[in-house]
Amino acid sequence: MTAFPLPLTELLGQYGSYFIYLLVGLAFGATLETAGFGNSKKLAAQFYFKDMTVFKVMFTAIIVAMTLIFLSSAIGLLDYNLLWVPPTYLWPGIVGGLIMGVGFIVGGFCPGTSLVAMATGKIDGVVFVLGVLFGIFMFGETVSGFAVFFESSYMGRFTLPEFLGLSYGTVVLLVVIIALLMFWVAEKVEAVVADESAQKAPRWAVPAASALIALAALTLLVGQPQTEDRWKSIEAEKTVQLDEREVQIVPAELLSLTADIKVKTVMLDVRDERHYNQFHIQGATRLPESEIVDSARDMIFEPANTVFVVMSNDETNATEAWKKLKAESVPNVYILEGGVNNWIRTYAGEQFVQERLIRNREDEQLAWRFNAAIGSRHPAAEPNPHAFEIEFEPKVKLELKRAPTSGGCG
Amino acid sequence: MTDQSRAKPYMNPYLAGILLGIVLFLAFFITGSGLGASGGLNRLLVYVQNIVAPEHIDQVPYLLKMAGGNTNPLESWIVFLTVGTVFGGFISGLIGRRVKIETKKGPQISNTTRWIMAFIGGALMGYGARLARGCTSGQALSGGAVLSVGSWAFMFAVFAGAYAFAYFLRRFWN
Repeated sequence: MTAFPLPLTELLGQYGSYFIYLLVGLAFGATLETAGFGNSKKLAAQFYFKDMTVFKVMFTAIIVAMTLIFLSSAIGLLDYNLLWVPPTYLWPGIVGGLIMGVGFIVGGFCPGTSLVAMATGKIDGVVFVLGVLFGIFMFGETVSGFAVFFESSYMGRFTLPEFLGLSYGTVVLLVVIIALLMFWVAEKVEAVVADESAQKAPRWAVPAASALIALAALTLLVGQPQTEDRWKSIEAEKTVQLDEREVQIVPAELLSLTADIKVKTVMLDVRDERHYNQFHIQGATRLPESEIVDSARDMIFEPANTVFVVMSNDETNATEAWKKLKAESVPNVYILEGGVNNWIRTYAGEQFVQERLIRNREDEQLAWRFNAAIGSRHPAAEPNPHAFEIEFEPKVKLELKRAPTSGGCG
Repeated sequence: MTDQSRAKPYMNPYLAGILLGIVLFLAFFITGSGLGASGGLNRLLVYVQNIVAPEHIDQVPYLLKMAGGNTNPLESWIVFLTVGTVFGGFISGLIGRRVKIETKKGPQISNTTRWIMAFIGGALMGYGARLARGCTSGQALSGGAVLSVGSWAFMFAVFAGAYAFAYFLRRFWN
């Protein structure tokens, strides 16, 4: 397990973690103010090419933070899966961005900078903050009129490297180089049209840029940890859990979970399509082996009361899937003990179990014969939890969530 | 309040950018989430709405998520981050002797015109930020650093919108 990000709530409690956020906010506000972002004239000058401070500060911050994030992920210090990557809703984002761009040049601030302007006594900043509150209010009142658009073009956690088909290290290095080239262009433009408020590049600009390129190149060279690397780092601890059978839950516990309204139970069936079509538990979704790692990225951001239960015909394949999900930092993952075969043995009824048993089968084959592909149209697919009185020792313990469920604008 | 002539100059933009980048990195490194601003304002507004018209909250699903039933919309890390941002700005302004009651505007317009513009611009920003699920800090800065596709598309849209309208508003700023 990587040490960072820290499980703040677990370490400090709810209010302790709020205190950390307060400190982060202090540093954020102070940096914005000292960069001149409390001054609407300085911000607006960006769009007349007179003072490119907004562009320079913003992109310097992005490339510095990005390089440090992916470098610390590459050396196994930080878990990128547990970072909040704003999910992509492409068109609402673009239209909202255009509206904000217009608001920026009309009002002279963005929400963050207006807070700093307000704090330093700028009346236009105070009025702007009131305007933001009014805009947010109007959005709450009107969003139901275009709810379909608001939820449209959803692509989940979708990153530039995935979009471009390049490695994270390559994209980091490319972004750094492009940003540095654009700084060079910005300096040339300012040299022609800048007013007196614009500041020139410092003497240390070239060494600093070279250092950043070196760090980005190192990130590319080391590479991001793959699922196998991630598994190796937790293998010792997790193998004990598997051997002690702490994570294998009996069918009765799974059934009681699905009937429990306090938890969201997600059943993941990792068998091939043929077996899934022959019989599966009502509500189980098929998760092909090739999609496990990609799905894991989205599973991390499910609500904290979500329990994932993986299943195959027996346990071998489900255990492999479990290892991948744990390696990708998915919390609260369990294995259906004895697999779907054990489920059928438990819930299909004496007669079915006796008559349809297939003897001498191989591992991970169905142990019962189905005459047709009936999917979940079988009594055993959706047993009544109250009709079966089966005692079991509950194993599911909800972990405290480490990954944030929302970003800075939730 | 300090005298304008004694105000210290702003930090070099590249140095400020490096500092902001380190703050942003530490925010991700320690907490897992980035920075933000509009979310805190949003929750403050919902808090007030919940006092004034609680039954209204219960009718709008979008508001219900933040303040339905016993949920306190201020019980969120983003509110603390926003409070910190305001105080951080104030402290830095004090140190730089830049805290002063004033209105920053172009030379050709009155204070009242500037305030009307600020309100309209703020309203557009607030509306757009909710539609885009984030503002310049939460989407562009934080999402940009962790390479979200949507955040980069958003960032270009913000710059495009501002540059496209800048020409028509040149009288207000220059």
